[in-house]
Amino acid sequence: MNGNSMKKRWISLYVENQVGVLSKISGLFSGKSYNLDSLTVGTTEDPTISRMTIATVSDDETFEQIKKQLNRLVEVIKVIDFTDVFVRMKEILYVKVRKCTPEDKVEIFQIAETFKAKVIDYGKDSLLLEFVQTATKNDAVIKLMKEEFKSIEVVRGGSVGIESISMMER
Amino acid sequence: MKKISGNKLLVKALKEEGVDILFGYPGACTIDISDELYKQDYTKVILPRQEVALVHEADAYARSTGKVGVCLVTSGPGATNLVTGLATAYYDSVPLVCFTGQVARHLIGNDAFQEVDIVGITRSITKYGVTVRNRDDLGRIVKEAFYIARSGRPGPVLIDLPKDVMGELGNAEYPAEVNIRGYKPNTQVHIGQLKKAIKMLGKAKRPLFLAGGGVNIARANEEFTKLVEKTNVPVVTTVMGRGAIATNHPLYVGNLGMHGAYACNMAVGECDLLFSIGTRFNDRITGKLHSFAPHAQIVHIDIDTAAISKNVQVDVPVVADAREAVIRMLEYVTECDTKKWLDEIGEWKCKHPMQMRKKPIMTPQDVIDTINRVFDEAVVVTDVGQHQMFTAQFIELNAKKRLLMSGGLGTMGYGLPGAIGAKIGNPDVPVISISGDGGMQMNIQELATAVLEELPIISCIFNNNNLGMVRQWQKLFYGKRYSMTCLRSGAACRGRCGEVECPAYTPDFVRLAESYGAKGLRVSKTEEIEPAFREAMKSVKTPYIIEFEIDPEDLVYPMIQPGGTLEDMILDC
Repeated sequence: MNGNSMKKRWISLYVENQVGVLSKISGLFSGKSYNLDSLTVGTTEDPTISRMTIATVSDDETFEQIKKQLNRLVEVIKVIDFTDVFVRMKEILYVKVRKCTPEDKVEIFQIAETFKAKVIDYGKDSLLLEFVQTATKNDAVIKLMKEEFKSIEVVRGGSVGIESISMMER
Repeated sequence: MKKISGNKLLVKALKEEGVDILFGYPGACTIDISDELYKQDYTKVILPRQEVALVHEADAYARSTGKVGVCLVTSGPGATNLVTGLATAYYDSVPLVCFTGQVARHLIGNDAFQEVDIVGITRSITKYGVTVRNRDDLGRIVKEAFYIARSGRPGPVLIDLPKDVMGELGNAEYPAEVNIRGYKPNTQVHIGQLKKAIKMLGKAKRPLFLAGGGVNIARANEEFTKLVEKTNVPVVTTVMGRGAIATNHPLYVGNLGMHGAYACNMAVGECDLLFSIGTRFNDRITGKLHSFAPHAQIVHIDIDTAAISKNVQVDVPVVADAREAVIRMLEYVTECDTKKWLDEIGEWKCKHPMQMRKKPIMTPQDVIDTINRVFDEAVVVTDVGQHQMFTAQFIELNAKKRLLMSGGLGTMGYGLPGAIGAKIGNPDVPVISISGDGGMQMNIQELATAVLEELPIISCIFNNNNLGMVRQWQKLFYGKRYSMTCLRSGAACRGRCGEVECPAYTPDFVRLAESYGAKGLRVSKTEEIEPAFREAMKSVKTPYIIEFEIDPEDLVYPMIQPGGTLEDMILDC
């Protein structure tokens, strides 16, 4: 295994929208000791088809294997490798900040403005923020807010991605 | 429109798929299917004594006939007993369709009596698995199951049948067509890639064919032999690939790998082109990866894209069915100048020929040599362990002599049920199983099945009183601490044979055979081997057990240590 090529990679997957398919995909990763960094899934315009966005940290050879192994599953309709493809990719992140002082609240509004986040709920001493940005930026936000405030609660959705419209189509 | 129950549709589907043999064991959740099977006479039902053995029987039936093996077991423990057999079939690419009973839909998830999530349990050891949740999907799912099991790289498929779905009335039609959008197995050979590979073959000075089990599964033996003869390139095989070309063919060198022939492993070490077909470069074949075929470019033909560059990085991959690829190759290949290379291999063969040291007492090789001599035609089935490796080393194979074994998973207990399945599929061919005394006892109850089905199989036991292969490792790598490997004294044995009195071996296989209504023979001398086989081969309806008393000190050589390299090859002790 070549350790030098270890990096985060993205795959988009069309699968049958059936019972057990998510388990089959995640089981493939755990069973074969592949890293599964993030996985999101939802139905498409065709209710019989779901689409997954998967992130994995792996080297070149393992990543090739992952794609082949996914392709071989009967329930997998299509595997798209997002490497070297222009993609639009975002992740939703909610951060609830508790035990806020009035100064904290001012700071949170400033953070929200800087990161183009929305303050979507407001309590006596708490605030709820919604971020829609890249997962890397969300990582940075979480780090920042963990350092700045006494009590935060975090939930994030995992990235969803789609190929950009190519120059040909524009 | 006429409506029928799911049970009726299933039995109809079996007929339309040409399933004339079904291996089944009944239970509460499948009793209605059993009832439907009772009312028809197209599909013959075999009733084994244990579901564990049942799958092996269907597996060997499939391997030896090329048809899909079909199993029917009940829910819960019936289903979980399939697990080992499914994994066995999965690793050796055997087409099976296994129907499991399931509790009614409203009970699923309630921890009902005999309920298990068998589709979940077997997800990683089946090619495909599904619970039928709607009666209307039943026909389509069964149709797809047979298609998936036998196409592409074959494998086991599991269909879970809730009892209420099967009782429901619905569509009586069994579909004629299959269309699965996520499953389109390769049928075409990429001719560009193949030509590239052929060009490399033409340029190579020391080319070597490596044939794996894929050549046998694709039944490409005849074409492959033509290819070898046309190119004059020597052949090594994996254990599963043995028989890809007749073992007495002048261009056949032998098996490679952990217990492979010296000449084969040397040839792989020295070749400049390894042209491999239908193998997944399992660790037992390659040993330490970085020193495997160090001077060679590697061509790999395989039907499974994921098998390519999984373990060994390949220079030219060709995704194709072995037979299709070989047929196309025959159009383009020319003879290679391999005279010097063949001489070199010949020298290695002379230096360390594949044979056991001659001893005054009977050796496993004596038994296998006798089988080679006595039988013109045979299906030989092995269990797992030393006897399996001895067989893989010495058995002669050709168009009429074939070998079945659990190569990938290494499942002990495969031998006897394997012989039963093979005999049911090949009633006119002599079927011989070779087991150790350990493996034989893992499914010995199947003697009853063999007796009731009147199968004149010859079941050989290489009895060395020990779990020999593990003991071999203990002897070579664990300071002769024979922990848990003596079947005569049990785990209490501390290797003090001679100092303390060992109990008599249990069971007495000859008397055991007789109690089942089979015949038992015990052979301890070389000169008794042939008469025993001559007697057994005359049997028309009665299974024979022949117990060979083998010296536990007979070890399998050569041996490359697990994870070792060629230099670590132990030739003899």
